[in-house]
Amino acid sequence: MTSENILQVEDVTLSFGGTTVLDRVGFDVRAGEIRAIIGPNGAGKTSMLNCISGFYRPQGGRLLFGGEHDLAGGKRAAQLGIARTFQNIGLYNYLSALDNLMAARHIHMRQNMLASALFWGYARKEEARHRAVVEELIDFLEIAHIRKTMVGALPYGLRKRVELGRALALEPKLLLLDEPMAGMNAEEKEDMARFILDIHTRRGVTIVLVEHDMTLVMDIADRIVVLDFGTKIADGVPDAIRQDPEVIRAYLGQAS
Amino acid sequence: MAMLRPAGDFDRSYEQDMALLRQPWHYWLLGFSLLAAFTLPLWGDAYLVATANQIAYTIIAVQGLNILTGYTGQISLSQAAFMLVGGYASALLVIHAGLSFFVALPLAALAAGAIGLIFGLTSLRVKGFYLAFATLAAQFIIPWLSRHTFKEYLGGANGAIEVPLPQLGTVNFGEVSSYFYISLVVLLITTALLFNISRTRLGRAFVSIRDNDLAAELLGVNLFTYKLRAFFIAAMLAGLAGAIKAHSQRGVGTEFGYSLNESILYLGMLVIGGLGTNLGPFLGVAFIVLLEDLSDLLGGVLAAAFPELSGQLLTSFRPIFFGLALMLFLIYEPRGLAHRWQLLRAGWRLRPFAR
Repeated sequence: MTSENILQVEDVTLSFGGTTVLDRVGFDVRAGEIRAIIGPNGAGKTSMLNCISGFYRPQGGRLLFGGEHDLAGGKRAAQLGIARTFQNIGLYNYLSALDNLMAARHIHMRQNMLASALFWGYARKEEARHRAVVEELIDFLEIAHIRKTMVGALPYGLRKRVELGRALALEPKLLLLDEPMAGMNAEEKEDMARFILDIHTRRGVTIVLVEHDMTLVMDIADRIVVLDFGTKIADGVPDAIRQDPEVIRAYLGQAS
Repeated sequence: MAMLRPAGDFDRSYEQDMALLRQPWHYWLLGFSLLAAFTLPLWGDAYLVATANQIAYTIIAVQGLNILTGYTGQISLSQAAFMLVGGYASALLVIHAGLSFFVALPLAALAAGAIGLIFGLTSLRVKGFYLAFATLAAQFIIPWLSRHTFKEYLGGANGAIEVPLPQLGTVNFGEVSSYFYISLVVLLITTALLFNISRTRLGRAFVSIRDNDLAAELLGVNLFTYKLRAFFIAAMLAGLAGAIKAHSQRGVGTEFGYSLNESILYLGMLVIGGLGTNLGPFLGVAFIVLLEDLSDLLGGVLAAAFPELSGQLLTSFRPIFFGLALMLFLIYEPRGLAHRWQLLRAGWRLRPFAR
């Protein structure tokens, strides 16, 4: 393993009951790249993300983060600097957009229960300091006009953007995006693609992306893993993936 | 719903934006409310003060429930049992340890909080409906223990012990007009603390567990310890309320209530007031206590008119009105009076364009 690999997935096997969802899948993610995972429905893409974010515990294999931490034990993903968004949006619906982002600052804040309740001195300064960090993200994602709106009341595209902001508020080294553009129109997709590229280039965050829009994936991804029925069938740069006969058979279809 | 602010209300710092009192009239309103509350014994009659006293300590108990059920989303049916713990703890500390009530009060809160932690341990494993049943266990075990163990201390089959009146120096809190100030001051303190909790790290962690526990965990909130914190705060406030209630009624024990009925009543007050809002406990408790007074009044009038049915008429209107109110709220305003208040406020800000 080279040192520039931020994430090393080795022979990860995951099964529920008798169903094998991931079968000895292995790939690596280099620091600073956009890595896409594609494949037909039920291929195990989201399960792979769940393994990386420590939500599922694979039965076999290793997930090495930063070359030393094995994520297969689960639970410490946030502390290590892994943030994610969800396929069906996992926001806190009754909090404002601002508070959703502030909630993601949780692990960066030090105030204890008593300090929170008294809101005096340190706690007050800390809240203001983290507010400044969050406001910078709000500016970046262009959601200033809805910062005090309850996210449950927001339209879908904006909620996706707030969720991206919440993941960024964790200041992750690795960002996992589960279908960030699903259900969006062309314009919203372009906006989201721009944000993803900006996060990548300006903030230097490594991104693992699951997405079905092939045009976009081929455009923004540096390298692509293709899964089919829980096994890896291809891995490489977009141009190679586009030509791969196995990928064309399983997913892309003849027309492309 | 977007938070609308009046024109010309700008912030120059994030501290300013986080402040609760933002406009001059906020200070005036708070000042006048406090003045009205503190002078209540001067202009209100004994009945009004007694009602206000009851409302004040009930709000504290419901505030605790609000942290647990409203903010953290963990349904609890045992708030009355934790009040019983607080009441007994304070009474026993005053009677047997010779402590002043004002020292026993915080200790009673801590005792109830500790018991709350024990029952909160189940919350790691079970959620929702199943957790409600786990907390039901506390509601049955604690009153049972108070009747069947340590009979010489807890009153045994009598179901009650006498509780002495608090005394501070030469000031005696025997009259409700003076006792009311204890309830009021404690209520003001808990309210200030809860407002702060709801706008800082702790409150956001609570709400994130309620709204999406999966996301909260992935974003680094330790579900177990934060649920325990919620249980601790809820039981602590119940303990405070219980201690105040015990000394106010000069007695504590199962004879004074503290049953499942009360726990459900508190939950009902919270739902009617508005789950997960700071205003909810105030509105819900005031609404239900006044509704109970109304039903007693109606029961009294009808009992005088139909003397042969007076037994049933006097007692039947409280549960009927409570049940009816709860049902109507669940159907027409499930987010409670606090939400209605917010809509009114937003409408006022948008005048004349509000629908």
